[in-house]
Amino acid sequence: MYELDRVVVLAGGLSAEREVSLRSGHRVQDALAEAGIDAVVADADSELLARLRADPPSAVFPVIHGASGEDGAIREVLGLLGTPYVGSVASACQMAFDKPTAKALVAAAGVSTPPSVTLPRETFHDLGAAAVIDLIVARLGLPLYVKPSRGGSALGAGPVHEAAELPAALLSCFAYGDIALIERFISGTEVTVGVIDLGAGPQALPAVEIVPGDGGYDYAARYTAGKTEFYVPARLPGEVAAQVARIAIAAHSVLRLRDLSRTDLIVDEAGVAHFLEVNVSPGMTETSTLPMALEASGHAFGPTCVDLLKLAATRGA
Amino acid sequence: MTGDQQPASQRQRIDPYVGQYAQRAVGMVASEIRALFAVAARPEIVSLAGGSPYVSALPLDAVGEMIGQLIAAHGEVALQYCTAQGDAGLRERICDVMALEEIRAHPDEIVVTVGSQQALDLLTRIFIDPGDVILAEAPSYVGALGAFAAYQASVVHVAMDDDGLIPEALEEAIVRTAAAGRRAKFLYTVPNFHNPAGVTLAAARRHRILGICQRAGLLVVEDNPYGLLGFDGDPMRALRADDSEGVVYLGTFSKTFAAGVRVGWAAAPAPIRDKLILAAESAVLCHSSFAQLTVREYLATQPWQEQVKTFRELYRERRDATLSALETMMPPGCHWTRPAGGFYVWLGLPDGVNAKAMLPRAISSRVAYVPGTGFYADGSGGQYARLCYSLPDPDRIREGIRRLTSVIETEIELRDDFGPAPGVR
Repeated sequence: MYELDRVVVLAGGLSAEREVSLRSGHRVQDALAEAGIDAVVADADSELLARLRADPPSAVFPVIHGASGEDGAIREVLGLLGTPYVGSVASACQMAFDKPTAKALVAAAGVSTPPSVTLPRETFHDLGAAAVIDLIVARLGLPLYVKPSRGGSALGAGPVHEAAELPAALLSCFAYGDIALIERFISGTEVTVGVIDLGAGPQALPAVEIVPGDGGYDYAARYTAGKTEFYVPARLPGEVAAQVARIAIAAHSVLRLRDLSRTDLIVDEAGVAHFLEVNVSPGMTETSTLPMALEASGHAFGPTCVDLLKLAATRGA
Repeated sequence: MTGDQQPASQRQRIDPYVGQYAQRAVGMVASEIRALFAVAARPEIVSLAGGSPYVSALPLDAVGEMIGQLIAAHGEVALQYCTAQGDAGLRERICDVMALEEIRAHPDEIVVTVGSQQALDLLTRIFIDPGDVILAEAPSYVGALGAFAAYQASVVHVAMDDDGLIPEALEEAIVRTAAAGRRAKFLYTVPNFHNPAGVTLAAARRHRILGICQRAGLLVVEDNPYGLLGFDGDPMRALRADDSEGVVYLGTFSKTFAAGVRVGWAAAPAPIRDKLILAAESAVLCHSSFAQLTVREYLATQPWQEQVKTFRELYRERRDATLSALETMMPPGCHWTRPAGGFYVWLGLPDGVNAKAMLPRAISSRVAYVPGTGFYADGSGGQYARLCYSLPDPDRIREGIRRLTSVIETEIELRDDFGPAPGVR
């Protein structure tokens, strides 16, 4: 058994999800402390490499959300340093973080995902935005859901009910990234399924059902305690619950993810679950769903974090 | 958990008190803009956002020594409760400071507060019932709007131009408010080096503004954090210098000494002063004795007016760097104010470009500003951005404006492709 005498929780980063990441990081640090592990929270800044070199940690728990945290960049550097870390390797993160790529790979495994197009802003500029927008609406129909191809926390994302709303939605999206994923909006029950692998293979946690208020599951609904109701496990018929669990495991496996992930899905009125996206560094805040699902499945949050760190330390770089 | 053996679903709402908060707390939610400002605090970002003074220019060793001596000599007072009105010695010194703006005041008229922000809070508390009207410049200081919103005031904005508040617009707003069967409780104004607009109320307008308010029986709240930080000539004559009964003056040491000591004050007519003292007692019992005595000692023992000159020169250099960079780099369609003091330039963006919508791109381009929407009670003002030049040095300012220019150019291209951003003309 490896001693976890030096644990670093990586949190912060420079993406728009910095604040969320810091909250996640401090929650993980607190949970580790309750489980008897002293951890320090470190930012991904110019001092990080010197710090990791001077005092190599037993393992790192990365909870940086958004770019650099979830796109694999930081993990690539941890790999170069030979530092063990919790979570997926860089190459898997690159595929998972890019939503269109993740959708394509998961769809190839036979999982339903909403029809979509992925377009960079240059395409609208070069071909004429109005004509491209007309084509999108003609092909995908309405309503739609627009989001940056990379990123999280619903930043720059939103529904489009009428064609006239699409330009504004694209503007919001392009504020957060230069490539838009435009999906057919499927109404239904919004669920998210955590997957954890403590060494015995990936296991789906109970699905969490998300019931946001009037404004949808936007940034405020995600991070304001009380604005969203959650049901754990989701109020799904048994066969549908099994279906969403299978999809989450499939996404985790197809994308070659490691240790933990969280898959977001929508279950339509016919009871068919559709894959939306997968997160390699799921939120760990007080309002985040993965810790909720862990607790509901009997995995105390702190000890589970310790187990993941031990697994990483044992595995090595 | 899979299969048909689903356990009973548990409803979780995280916050068990969600149905119990007051109406005024309904809008207190997580926001994308706040999340972006969390990134802006990182050193990689050139922040033209926060309005922080450059405290590194203070003689920190001398201040540290002074504080040590203060505790050694007056520790039993500095570390004890005091009265809600504030330390008498400090209030005397505050009168000396206000004399620089031609205010003749007695220490009895002064109530020391936790920065001038607490004075704003207390004034709003004693004057405003939910729905009462406050007249305020358009745009207006975001901290004041926050205090007004906390007491559910209805803010009516009054237009400004390069000479500050427009008297005719003020008259019209008073008439319009009365015609709607409502009475404005006070006019809130930042006459000098306005936050965020950067403009100064012209001397010729000051008497007119006071006259209009006197005729309407409208109290004036004169918020003056930057009055001693003018780059040209002597400080302007304060509004309160000409109407001690109709004007409550708010001052602060945040910009002339140190924001961290959190010492401000209100100079108010006696009846208002009495209520402010009682309101302060219920809010904080008394203000920090330590902070008050620190400021008192600083004013008594340190060359504080020389320090203000140092600040002025430093900020002048940064203002010049800002204006020069804007002139050189900004694309057509942008326009901006030219402050004669203080911290802020108010940048107008090309038609159809929204500063709030543009902020994520700016942050990812590693430059930050405050979108204009924060300075209007109704969230309008998206076509403006506040640039604060007080903290970055001139080279960083130029780099920040270079990055901002590139961001705006991209936004112009997006506007041309997709049409105007929502919320702007």
